[in-house]
Amino acid sequence: METFLQVLVSGLMLGALFAIVSVGLTLIFGIVKVVNFAHGEFLMLGMYLVYLFTTKLGIHPLLTSVIVAPLLFVAGVVTQRFIIQPLMSARDDHIQIFATVGLSTALINLALLLFGADIANTPSSGLRTPITFGPVRVLLGQLVILAVSIMLVIGLQAFLKRTQTGRAIRAVAQNRAAAQLMGINVNRIYMLTFGIGAACVGLAASMVAPLYPTSPNIGTYFVLTAFVVVVLGGLGSLTGAFAGAMIIGLIDSFAGFYIGSDVREVVVFGVFLLILILKPSGLFSNRLSLSHVSP
Amino acid sequence: MLRLEGIHAGYGPTTILHDVSLEVKRGEVVTIVGANGAGKTTTLRTIAGLIQPTEGRIFFEDRDITSMPAHEVVDLGITLIPEGRQLFADMTVEENLLMGAYRREARSRQAETLEHVLSLFPRVRERLSQSAGSLSGGEQQMVAIARGMMARPSILMFDEPSLGLAPIIVQQVFEVIEAITSTGTTVLIVEQNVFNTLKASDRGYVLENGEIVLSDTSESLLTNDHVRQAYLGI
Repeated sequence: METFLQVLVSGLMLGALFAIVSVGLTLIFGIVKVVNFAHGEFLMLGMYLVYLFTTKLGIHPLLTSVIVAPLLFVAGVVTQRFIIQPLMSARDDHIQIFATVGLSTALINLALLLFGADIANTPSSGLRTPITFGPVRVLLGQLVILAVSIMLVIGLQAFLKRTQTGRAIRAVAQNRAAAQLMGINVNRIYMLTFGIGAACVGLAASMVAPLYPTSPNIGTYFVLTAFVVVVLGGLGSLTGAFAGAMIIGLIDSFAGFYIGSDVREVVVFGVFLLILILKPSGLFSNRLSLSHVSP
Repeated sequence: MLRLEGIHAGYGPTTILHDVSLEVKRGEVVTIVGANGAGKTTTLRTIAGLIQPTEGRIFFEDRDITSMPAHEVVDLGITLIPEGRQLFADMTVEENLLMGAYRREARSRQAETLEHVLSLFPRVRERLSQSAGSLSGGEQQMVAIARGMMARPSILMFDEPSLGLAPIIVQQVFEVIEAITSTGTTVLIVEQNVFNTLKASDRGYVLENGEIVLSDTSESLLTNDHVRQAYLGI
């Protein structure tokens, strides 16, 4: 029973990690309708920034989010404006996907050039402190990730529902031409959304870097799972992504413990394929209907 | 107020409008009459900035707005209520109306405008918290018109407001349009329901195969032989 509880809680912690990495991805997909294959590399860039700010300037890793998230926001805006937007009128939507794959490869090689292939360890600054609740043990940093990921989803939902800009973002996602007729500058909304999505993963970087070693390939490791989470949750749904992340975290944790750590990914992707076959629209209804397209 | 001079426009390589010139003066209600595919919708979409003309000029209050993007055209006070409603189906009726007041000039007065618009559409008030997609076609058309009015436009353009609606609803739509025009709002309207529309307007243009073939006062058009034969079936 005690082991079961520990595996359960570890699964939820892992789920929170997947959630915080996936939120930005699902936002960008739901609104800009672009699958951003460079999302993991945005995380990787963010983690290197956290590493630099903590080791060179001695800033606490969590505090670096105040700088890293805005920097990633700018990176997202620039990506949308100068890479995606010029391709928006392209006949084939897939060209945008190829562009983000290219960006991903370019960023990995840029990181190799700047930082080398060696692992960069961000100081944990107390975030690896174990906290025990009876028989269950978690790291302080994991609890921070859980709290921040919940606040992020709630905050983004409130922003999209309650503010004029948030409503404009949803309007663009639902009916682009009608949004223009309301006076909404669609290109600006796309830039803003891409920026927010990238800023989310910048925020994630500040939480993830103290717990995981940073390397040029770290993005690939996380983003593959993030794609599973986003598809599972229903593309473009924030709460769906959160729930999907928790499910994947739990499957990963239980499969790893009860079946064997080397088959974890087999089980995760097996379940993923099963859900794709049985319910291709994802497990959850699209609460904010970000990806709905009116006829 | 609004002036088109020799507009050529279309989609990609297909030119639909050939040398279209027309004018709408402040306070006027102007109708564009024409068959399906004549270019009526294209004309409105070109004015709205959704289509860029290949030739010709568009002026609004003597300002050249020919190549202005759609969202800037709206900011000037030109609002198009598009064909087929084009509501934000998964947003509530209230959210749809608030989106209507997105343009800078309308935003600061959105509460006041909302109250005024809802007084014209009591049915819409009852539906405020419902999602727009769950409404009937007639209700959706009312929301689309209300959303257009939320922008407090200087000129309101209607594209086929009665298309696909039951006759009794069509009558309500016309009552609403008459209520709007009676307040002195400038209106440019495209409608298949030629008789009712001409009755409610000051002047009309007849568009055939992308060209203006006739323009006159609504009264004269209603008695014009060509219009009576081709569009009124008399």
